[in-house]
Amino acid sequence: MKYAYYPGCSQEGGEEHFGKSTEAVCHALGIELQEIHDWTCCGASSGHFTNEDLSAALPARNLAIAEKMGLDTVCVCAACYLRLRHTRHEVRHNPGFSKKLEGLLDLPYEGKYDVRHLLDIVVNKLGLDAVKAKVNKPLKDLKLVCYYGCYLMRPPTVVAFDNPENPTAMDRLMETLGADVRDWGAKVDCCGGSLMLTKSDAVHEFVGSIADRARDVGAEAIVTACPMCTMNLEAMQKGKDKLPVIYFTELMGVAMGLPDTKKWFKKHLKSPAKVLAAHGL
Amino acid sequence: MQFDRGSGAVMCDPGFAEQVRKESRVAFDRCYQCLTCTLGCPMARYMDYPPNELVRMVQLGLKKEVLGCSTIWICASCESCIARCPNDVDIPHLMDVLHQMALREGVKPKEPHVKKFHDAFLDPVRMFGRQHEGLMSAEHFMRSRDFSVKTLKVAAGLGMGMITKGKLKILPPKSGKGKSEVKRLFKVTMKRKTP
Repeated sequence: MKYAYYPGCSQEGGEEHFGKSTEAVCHALGIELQEIHDWTCCGASSGHFTNEDLSAALPARNLAIAEKMGLDTVCVCAACYLRLRHTRHEVRHNPGFSKKLEGLLDLPYEGKYDVRHLLDIVVNKLGLDAVKAKVNKPLKDLKLVCYYGCYLMRPPTVVAFDNPENPTAMDRLMETLGADVRDWGAKVDCCGGSLMLTKSDAVHEFVGSIADRARDVGAEAIVTACPMCTMNLEAMQKGKDKLPVIYFTELMGVAMGLPDTKKWFKKHLKSPAKVLAAHGL
Repeated sequence: MQFDRGSGAVMCDPGFAEQVRKESRVAFDRCYQCLTCTLGCPMARYMDYPPNELVRMVQLGLKKEVLGCSTIWICASCESCIARCPNDVDIPHLMDVLHQMALREGVKPKEPHVKKFHDAFLDPVRMFGRQHEGLMSAEHFMRSRDFSVKTLKVAAGLGMGMITKGKLKILPPKSGKGKSEVKRLFKVTMKRKTP
């Protein structure tokens, strides 16, 4: 199983533990990642906020390189995932969009190959049985809630690989790792990540509500699959008793007994090490 | 809202709805005001007009009010409305087209900090081809001059965490030929005045 890998800026910056855990887990599961050579930023929300053509060109440049590699692309940031998928979706459904790209890019891009999130690949392509076979330190009794946020599932016609209102892919993956996964009502709520520095009152409220509802069902930590959500949920929780926020790849690393997990945890604003240690992990 | 002095009727720009229809290709005429968008919108109570009202205002051609409102700037792009709209009215895309239109037409953003944040986000990308979180944050504060206590608190908390956890990179991100290619893409796309 081989994919063109688009790491995304966060995974080389503040959230490098997401990138590192992704690489380690994929290696252990036999998912070969071939980094897109000389990849550049997808522009994320600010691209489409500012200029339509720019927001088309930035992701398309990377997809054009991946197309030359002849591989489907995998990414882990939900914002990158939406921008890349949106670009491919437009190329395949809107002739005017392809024409616009032709005038902008120095490589052709036809949208031949798929773009998938690693969570989708692990659960729906590789399969949970293959994951289960690698689990040697089950996350027994670790009480978790899975947070999907916006862009893994919305807009559904462009990105969803699961029920957009009640996704269960991450829940099932965590159950496979042996965790005690709790059902809850904030799975696909927005955490307000893009407004963190500009509408902080609203964002404090959203994040506070997400953390409260996680606590209401007895969760000890929140599991995520997006660096923007993670950064925002970690930074914008108020009070002393903050819930740790952990990437699904990090927990896979823990359950599979991978060596570097402690190093990843050091990069968290609120380290999950203590919660895991309480369960002998 | 602007009213006609004689009749008291609301002043509309008849070409505005058509302009938005053409540029966005969003079928906003299909909206029948079911309010599903607004009920699920996390930002609705922070907006001056909730999403359903904004759509109605576009239909009516209230250009000045639409381009001048806070709604188009503080939409969080969470895509909840389009996920649930029974008539597939792509409101997030409508928001994008509307604030891009406001920028092109030189309308002063009702939420200037939001606009400045996006400028600060794109600047390191234009320079290095990839994001540089430290530079982005520094730029945001220089551009917005938002030194209010609540914003400084967020920035200080995040900044200290980033530094003590070794999350903040000083050196610019590595990138090869892509860097100049991204610079070129910025140059050709940003100079276009019309879509």
